[in-house]
Amino acid sequence: MILKVENISKSFRGLRAVRDASFELPEGSINALIGPNGAGKTTIFNMIAGVYPPDSGKIVFQNREIQGLRPDRVCAAGIGRTFQIVKPFAGLSVMDNVMVGAFLKERTAAGARAHALSILKKLSLDAKAALPASSLTLPDRKRLEVARALATRPRLLLLDEVMAGLRPTETDQMVQVFRDINRADGLTILLIEHVMRAVMALAQHIGVLHHGEVIARGRPDEVVRHPAVLECYLGEETEV
Amino acid sequence: MLAAFPAFAGAYALSVATLILYFAYTGQAWNVMMGFAGQLSLGHSLYVGVGAYIAGGIFFHWGIGPWAGLWLAILLCMLLGLVIGLLAFRFGISGVYFALLTIAFAEFTRIGFDHLAWTGGPGGMFLKVAQRDTWDIANFRGPPLMYYYAMLFLTCAAFLGCYFLLRSKAGYYWQAIREDEDAARALGINTFRWKMLAVAISAGMTAIAGVFFAFYYNNLFPEQIFNISRSIEIILGPIIGGIGTLFGPILGAAVLTLLSDGITELLAALGWEFPGVKQVFYGVVLLAVVMFLPHGIWPAVARKLRL
Repeated sequence: MILKVENISKSFRGLRAVRDASFELPEGSINALIGPNGAGKTTIFNMIAGVYPPDSGKIVFQNREIQGLRPDRVCAAGIGRTFQIVKPFAGLSVMDNVMVGAFLKERTAAGARAHALSILKKLSLDAKAALPASSLTLPDRKRLEVARALATRPRLLLLDEVMAGLRPTETDQMVQVFRDINRADGLTILLIEHVMRAVMALAQHIGVLHHGEVIARGRPDEVVRHPAVLECYLGEETEV
Repeated sequence: MLAAFPAFAGAYALSVATLILYFAYTGQAWNVMMGFAGQLSLGHSLYVGVGAYIAGGIFFHWGIGPWAGLWLAILLCMLLGLVIGLLAFRFGISGVYFALLTIAFAEFTRIGFDHLAWTGGPGGMFLKVAQRDTWDIANFRGPPLMYYYAMLFLTCAAFLGCYFLLRSKAGYYWQAIREDEDAARALGINTFRWKMLAVAISAGMTAIAGVFFAFYYNNLFPEQIFNISRSIEIILGPIIGGIGTLFGPILGAAVLTLLSDGITELLAALGWEFPGVKQVFYGVVLLAVVMFLPHGIWPAVARKLRL
């Protein structure tokens, strides 16, 4: 298990956003965290990424407790993340954006540039390397977000709604990108996603969150038939 | 070309050129903090003043030339910058509030120096005026030509230093912090540490300008040297020339100094001299640049030249 989340909870001013959530990610797997709006997905995500610490519980990454570490430490430990609302370094070129990520493991600009270029190629952004990030379209910005995170050479990649706002064909392309990266580098992926098309195509394991609790875990085909999941997505079954 | 410039320049032209280089250099120093790392300082007169008073004081009291005082000035200004940075960055003070903090530090240092007997208090400190004909490099006393070359050297060194900084890991990290601090953190950047580095470098560079100031002008008054208008003068060059660019501070300093001197001369010739004309002029130029070239003159020039 590359990541173990054990009974983490988080409250915001009395509102319990996440309650005793636990799950594990096997090394090299692709996992999805789904659930209705406000279920606590992003809160869990932010606790793993170090944006804020959990009130209680443990987050163990590669046998090391990381709860409460600063975001930069979490990244240095080997967890890359993207932001739901993309945050490109707008004034820098696409290449420079990715180089910033690459500098985590590279000392020289030449080394960072070479590494960044190889990642831009993977995400088919190499033709746009010299353009300012501010000139990119939304799908490209989402790709840039992923490229930057990948440039830090993570062992676990956290993807926060990277498919949102993409057209179905663009979603399929993105799915393919993640499959390739997962297969080539054995990178573990955890995605939060609303786009079920992408979730069903990508994820080997799915966790379902509802009101801050994990109500179901399993393979995609198991999860979509799980009564508790059907209930929270579709409402309770009633006899007529 | 700039090295040969004094050969055919008069005393007045040489003093203007020295002033341009002075603002180009200090602008470059300020640019490291604001242009590269995105931390707005409106109190850079603090480092000019402290640098000037330290090297000047050591020379004034003990007759020791600036080469020893220089290092002390750099070190102390870096330390001052780090204290300000520590207060601000540890407690999440950023943007305008950070700028206010830098003004506050410059202001109460000014008030402090008003009460400091060692530096002569509000009455000022006066260094023995230079022997104009011999180059006394050990004591940094000599003709205006010597100061011109010193400033030319500093400006070139700062430009080269910034060129390499901007292309190094530090440059990339600073720009990432400037553009989006949360995203920078998520990429493994310890933003606190890199912001502190930017402040230390900027403060240290500005301290050198302060040492120059003391030995070039020979008189120091807290009221003048720590004045906020001094800080503003430093930042106008890079703002007008182009924040975050390498040529911006140099171009901005040249344009501003030449135009403002030209206008002052012109008005004097016409007999329309009145106090504050320089400030009014700065305001007009700043307004024009912000309205028509919000990124400064250099980016527009660079686009035209297809650089």
